[in-house]
Parts: sequence; C-alpha cells; structure tokens
Amino acid sequence: MSADRPTQRRVVNESGIEIKTVYTAEDVEATGGLQHVGDPGQYPFTRGIHAQMYRKRPWTMRQYAGFGNAHDTNQRFKYLIANGQTGLNVAFDLPTQIGFDSDDPMAEGEVGRVGMAIDTLRDFEIAFDGIDLDAITVSLTINGAAAILIAMFLVMAEKRGYDVKKLRGTAQNDILKEFIGRGTWIFPVEHSIRLVGDTIEYCAQHAPKYSPVSVCGYHIRESGANPAQEMAYAFCIAKAYADETLKRGLAIDEFAGRLSFNFNIFGNLFEQVAKFRAARGLWARIMKEEYGAQDPGSMWMRMIAAGGGGGLTHEQPELNIVRGAYYALISALSGTQTMALCSYDEAYTIPTEYSARISLRTMQMLVEEMGLADTVDPLAGSWFVETLTNQMRDKMVEIMADIDARGGIVKQIADGTAQAAVSAQAYQMQRRIETGDFRKVGVNCYRIEEEDHDVEFHPYDEADAKAQVDALNKVRAERDNAQVAAALDRLEKDARAGVNVMPALVDAVRTYASVGEMTQRLVAAFGRYREPIVF
Amino acid sequence: MTDRRIRVLIAKPGLDGHDQGAKIVVRGLMAAGFEVIYTGLRQTPIAVANAALEEGVDVIGLSSMAGSHMPFCRKLKVLLEERGLQDKVWMIGGNVPASDHAELRQLGFTGIFPTSSKLDEIAAFIKEQVK
Repeated sequence: MSADRPTQRRVVNESGIEIKTVYTAEDVEATGGLQHVGDPGQYPFTRGIHAQMYRKRPWTMRQYAGFGNAHDTNQRFKYLIANGQTGLNVAFDLPTQIGFDSDDPMAEGEVGRVGMAIDTLRDFEIAFDGIDLDAITVSLTINGAAAILIAMFLVMAEKRGYDVKKLRGTAQNDILKEFIGRGTWIFPVEHSIRLVGDTIEYCAQHAPKYSPVSVCGYHIRESGANPAQEMAYAFCIAKAYADETLKRGLAIDEFAGRLSFNFNIFGNLFEQVAKFRAARGLWARIMKEEYGAQDPGSMWMRMIAAGGGGGLTHEQPELNIVRGAYYALISALSGTQTMALCSYDEAYTIPTEYSARISLRTMQMLVEEMGLADTVDPLAGSWFVETLTNQMRDKMVEIMADIDARGGIVKQIADGTAQAAVSAQAYQMQRRIETGDFRKVGVNCYRIEEEDHDVEFHPYDEADAKAQVDALNKVRAERDNAQVAAALDRLEKDARAGVNVMPALVDAVRTYASVGEMTQRLVAAFGRYREPIVF
Repeated sequence: MTDRRIRVLIAKPGLDGHDQGAKIVVRGLMAAGFEVIYTGLRQTPIAVANAALEEGVDVIGLSSMAGSHMPFCRKLKVLLEERGLQDKVWMIGGNVPASDHAELRQLGFTGIFPTSSKLDEIAAFIKEQVK
C-alpha cells in the first residue's frame, strides 16, 4: 500500500456529507453561519446544556454491568464504585428483560447469562444493598418490562427510606427502538407506547426527579443507521412519547425535562462531535418551537454517550482498548452528561472486572490527565466543525421530514418498514467492509492472518440459575399469595380499562409478585407483539 | 435439485434480540441466489425444527449472539433427527467461541461462522455442501 492517498478521492462521511480538504469562514457562512451556536448553557444549547459543563462536574461514569444473580451483581457494583465509578448502569438477563420468570421454560439456559436475573422485589433489595442511592444514580437498562422494573426500583428505594419525590435515576424504557434493534419487546406497538406514557405520567406526578425514559438512537445506529439517521429516528421516537403524554393532559414542561437520550459514539470523530452539537440545537428548537416548551430544562438534550460496540472488532481485540479511548474522547468533546464504554472484550463476552476497569480508567484519564474537563466545547469555532455541525443539522431535519412524509415513525415500526430500511443499510455497510471500501483496521486492512486471541470468557454458572429458581420459590412460599392474587387481578383490570397501570404495578411489586406474573397479566390485557418480517 | 433454488432457513434461537447479523446474512444469501426463510426472534428448538420440516429447507442456520447456543443446539439436534433432517446442512454463526466448535461439529453443525465471517464464505460453503 502506498503511503500517499490520492488527493482527488472524494471523501464522504457516513451520513452522506462530502468532506473538503480545507475549510474556511466562507464554508461556515455558506451553511448557515454561526447563528445556531450561542453560548454554553444558553438556547439553543449547541455548545452544551450547562454554562460550565465539566468544569463544575465531570461526566458521570456509568459502565454497563450485571450478571448472574443479585448477589453477584451487587459485588460488581461495589467493585466499580470502589474504583471511582460515579453511576450504575444495570444489565438484566434476557428473561427479566422480556418478562419471564427464572423458572419459565423460555428462560432455560438464559438465566443470569447476559445480565442480572430479577424475579421479585427481593432481588432488587439484594442488588442495591449497601449502595447509597443519593450518591450513586442508577440507570436501569430495561425496556419491554420497564414499567414493572421502574415500579420495583421506586418501591425498593422507598422501603429503604429514600424520598421518592427526590429520587434521581433513569430507566431506558424506549420500547420503539427495541422493535428496530435489540429486540426485547413484549406487547404490541400501541400498547407498548401506552406503557411508556404511563411511566412518564406517573413519574411526573410521583417521582419528578426520576428520568423514566432514555430515548436511544444508540441501538438504531448499531442496527445499521448512519449518525444523522440515528439522531433523526431518536427524535421522531421521543416526539411520539411526548405526544402520547400530552394526550393525557400533562403540559410539556411537566415532563419534557425528564426525557433523556442515549447515543452512540463509534465512527468518524468529527462527524460524531458535529452530530451531537447539531442535535442539541435541533432538539432545543423542536421543544421550543413545535411543543411550546418554556422551561430551558425541557429543551435540554441530556444524554449518555455510550458504547461504541458497533465499531469494535472481533479481530485483534486489544485494539478495541484504543478505539475505546478515541470513543471516550469523542464523548468528552461532545458535551455528554454521562459516559459508558464498551470494553475491549465485548465482541466476545460480557466484561470481566479487568476489562471494565480499563474502560473506567480510560474515562478517568481524560479528566485527570488530558484536560478534557477543563474547557467547555473546545472544538467550537473551528470552521470545519461548525460547517459540519450546520450540515449535520440539515441532514437530520431532512431525514425527520422524510420519516413523517412516509406515515411517521410509529407506523413504519408497526409495519416493519423502518426495520427493513435500517437492516438494508447494515447490509450495505457489511458489503463495503468486505470489499474494503469502508476501512476497518485489523479487519480489511492491516490484518494478522493467524490471530491468537487471548480473551478471558466470563464464566456462566448453571448452578447460579438453579439458585435463582430456588430463591424465587422461597419468596413465593413466604409471601401472602392471596394479596398477590388480588394485586394481579387489579393490575389486569386497570390494564384492560385503559387506566394508568403504574399504581397497580407499584402495589403488586410490594406484595412480591414476580416479573413473570405481572407480565402475564399485562399480556392477557394487551396481547403479544408479532414481528413483521420485511426485507 | 438442479431445477430449484437452494432453500435456507435462518433462525434466531432463544431470547437474544440481536438480529442485525442474522438479517445481513439473510440479505447476503438472497443476493447470492438462495431462497431464504427468516424466522424472526425468539425461536424455541421445536419451532426451528418444525419450520425446517414445513419449509422443506436444504440448510438450517442459527444466528446466536448472547451465549446460550450450546444447550439450544443439543436439543435441536435431537429434534432435527426425529424429523429425518439429519442429511440437511446445519450451520451456526455469531458469537460462537472457538472452544465450542468441536462439540458443535460433533453434534452435526458442519458450518460454523463466527463473528467477522464473510458473506461470500457462507454462500460458498452452502453451494459446496448442498448437492
């Protein structure tokens, strides 16, 4: 391979924007100037939602963690906190995420495998034992069963003496993206949206500091969307939840400030930074101009910039440590509120303590050694970055208009066309990688043909699953089963009646009803989603 | 066999929802000229075995990313054999660690395509195996 790159080669970023060799002030002017920039902490918040950003408080470090049972996970949480992690990001096993108890036949072989198994409130009590929920905020990565797990978290905190009115924390609870990527749906689309509305409405009234939804462009990007589409899809989905909540008579400023976002950080550095800056301004504009929000907090695109799993490689996995460092840099330059990194071994297994610690240290280095927490939005004013920010904003607006013109995001998800569009792009990207048109170091260039991978696999212990089932049976034997049955009957009745199910869920959780039992009652009322197969 | 296209079943076993890879393989195999039936998510062993029989496929392919493939494959082997599908080509791809490959081959999964396999390799394997 020649060291010289052909200068005549067209360079186009993933979002479809052509990149020039040199940028000047004229490029900024030609794309809309600096009118969308403003100051940090001021509308439209392009430079950051807070005036002082990391100077006042560095981003929250929140590695995704959880496996086995609540005891195992509690230990990992404490390990991460002892190593300087400032928030928790809880991984649940697939049966929990999809609403099956650990003894359900569908759960066989899956209990505690990719996250922590939760059956009843008892598991939550164990998982968070000894963790100060005022000092460490908790993010629950839960979607299909989110309403149930939010209820469980609130009841657990309340039982431990926390004032739920002041309790902070986040649930992912973005079911629409689960239909496009990640796949932990349970109920049909319309009922799924209703449940999201129930959680937002309930939290606005009872747990106003809690963030009940984190809208995820992240997984749509992982499923094949480009960076501009990632933001456009997420904003269309966030608007669908806002519309659902407004239908219930809440005012936008009563809940919009607690909506948050989860975005991806792999890919071209400048494209990602411009993506985040542009999106912050766009979301503020949508909230202010389309929704009439008055409270600046309603206009903030609060986010976790996370993962980068789609950019990590199976080949030469140790290079993922380096990629992780660049992704962390992207996040810091992008003004994120929270950061989480995929660990270098995640193309193989769930992270070990060792690999999770490397990710944590990567983020800490940016704060302690590299000066990334010292100055707000350090790339502002770069002719290139400001031009690209303007162009990315235009792209996002164009994509959102296109989604709306084709019936809107909810319709496209329900009929499977959104899924098909995203997966078609994933296929095109795979082809580009296989032909070498899109370069991946270690994959289609600078390969090592005979790789000797030395990745330590996280052990899976079948005995853990058995112990989890035993623990569930013990809870079932000890609880007041008449009380449980009454609470479940009320839950199903409220679900059928179209009443907000959160109060009934909170009461059912208190009786130690299980995730599977509550899900079954909701399925009885709502039915199950049937996946459209569209290519 | 020459007058009809090779039929391939691509299934997502268990509760794993990561279907990006499965869908890429579906598209890649369609582009390579195969007829492809995709099951969607959350297939049980019996659902996969029944689909393979009803669809009359030549190839049964699983895509697994979340680690529960070994117990699934052990069950599926028995069910496929009960349906007389032992002469079909059995394949698995995704996050399948090298330490599992020997047992998978022993069970009858002759095509093993871990993460980072190429679409052309998968298509070539099928063409070679389906007589």
